[in-house]
Parts: sequence; structure tokens; C-alpha cells
Amino acid sequence: MNRTALVAGASGLLFGAGLAIGGMTNPARVRGFLDVFGDWDPTLAFVIGGALIVMALAWPIQRRMSAPLFTGSFALPDKSDLTPRLVAGSALFGVGWGIAGLCPGPGFAALAIEPAKAAAFVAAMLAGMVLARLVAGRR
Amino acid sequence: MTLPAFPDAAPLDGLLGGILIGLAAALMLLGAGRIAGVSGLGARAFGLSDGGPPRNAAWAFITGLPLGAFIVVLASGGIEAQFTGFGPILLAGVLVGLGTRLGSGCTSGHGVCGVSRLSQRSIVATLTFMAAGIATVALMNAIGLEVLP
Repeated sequence: MNRTALVAGASGLLFGAGLAIGGMTNPARVRGFLDVFGDWDPTLAFVIGGALIVMALAWPIQRRMSAPLFTGSFALPDKSDLTPRLVAGSALFGVGWGIAGLCPGPGFAALAIEPAKAAAFVAAMLAGMVLARLVAGRR
Repeated sequence: MTLPAFPDAAPLDGLLGGILIGLAAALMLLGAGRIAGVSGLGARAFGLSDGGPPRNAAWAFITGLPLGAFIVVLASGGIEAQFTGFGPILLAGVLVGLGTRLGSGCTSGHGVCGVSRLSQRSIVATLTFMAAGIATVALMNAIGLEVLP
């Protein structure tokens, strides 16, 4: 294991714990958050808020660093164009998120909670990713 | 602590979970110089993305997700989770996989990392998938399509 993989593993561990504690691995709670016109459950607003507060502090630190702590250089997205593909893809994702109350992170994390259904979700998600490569090309 | 208007909400658990997610994303950013975007790292781990970090790093992150959740399950003696049936799960999975790759990200990469960076693309993506999720649940409720047991 190199240092990048160790950092990524530690990050994934923390991320998965945060998802489970925050209720994101419970699809009923996620759908409750999206049910703003019905029986709204605001819990996820606190999850998103907590994560945004920490990351809002991390970005200014990143801008002052010339390189990451444990690897050679930063590799961050630099695209700024708003494309139909960005919006259409995000809309499709949102429909899927609303149907089952799962997005990618909780899908993987839930393998430790509801293995059969989480595995089915992950398998279908990978199939969708293959489909994306077929319709939009390799990237 | 509970919220008087929302007795079922768990605001403190939510905040704690969110802070951990933020710390995880900050560790990935400041430690490894990368965005902690689960859809991208997942695609990378399974050989479905040509960009991103080395594949073993993507695998390490993706493997960490259920391990972290498992530690919480052990420490708390089980956590509540109510899933839909397999039909909705499979349909949703395909849409989530297709949509996040076309849209270049999901709740973590766009919603947490990109929005906090004030990336215009991420703000547009996040508003779009939130609106689509809200509309989907509202529509399903309106036509009486109940997917949770």
C-alpha cells in the first residue's frame, strides 16, 4: 500500500462512519428528507450542513498549500462549463436517488448494513456506469 | 435533542455524521490532493473511469465505506435502516450510475466538495439532483406509489 491508498482508505473509513451515523444509510430517512411537500425529515440538512462547514474551512487551507501532505501534487477538477450533459446527468441521478433513497456513498456503505439490497444497488449502479461509457464515450 | 416540529428527525446525529463526512473529504483533499467523490472513485475502482487516482487508492476508499459503517453498527449495536424492494433498487441503481457519470459527480463530489468550493458546475448539479429527487418523491406520493414497506 502506498501513501495515497492509505490516506484514501482512512478517508473512506471516516466517510462510511459519517454516513451511517448521519442516517444516510437509511433510505427511509433519505426519502423523508426529499419529501418536502409531505412528511419532511430535516435530518439530512444537518448532515450536509456539517460536511459543508468542515469543507468550507478546508478549501482556504488547500489554497495556501503548494502540495498535499502525503502525495506529490493536487489533482482537482478544473472544468467550469455548464453543459446540458451536466444537467441531464444530474437530473437522472436525482430521479434514481428519489426512487430508492440511495446515492453512491450510502450504497457502498450499506453493504455492511443490508448486504443483499446494497449489493443489488451497487451492481445496478455499475451497470449504469457502463451504460454511461457506451452513450458518452470513455472518460 | 429533537426538533419540536420534527419529532422523527435526529439533528445531532446528522450534524456529527456530517462533520465526519467533512473531515473525510478534508483528509482526502489535504492529504491526497483529491476530491472525495464516491461515484468517480467507485467507477475508478471498478475500471470504469480512465481518470482519477491510482486504482488501489480508489479501492481503498471504496472498501473503507462499508468498513466505517460496520464499525458504527458494532459500536451502536445495530442501526436503523428501511430499504425499498429489489425492483426500485435495481431501477434506481442504473439511473444513479448513468446519471452520476454523465453529470460528473454525486452528493459527495458535487454536493459536499464542489459546493463548498463554490464551483458553479457543482452548484448547478446539486440544485438539479435535489430538485429531481424532491420531484420524484412528490410524484410517487401523488400517484400513491409506495415503495417502502
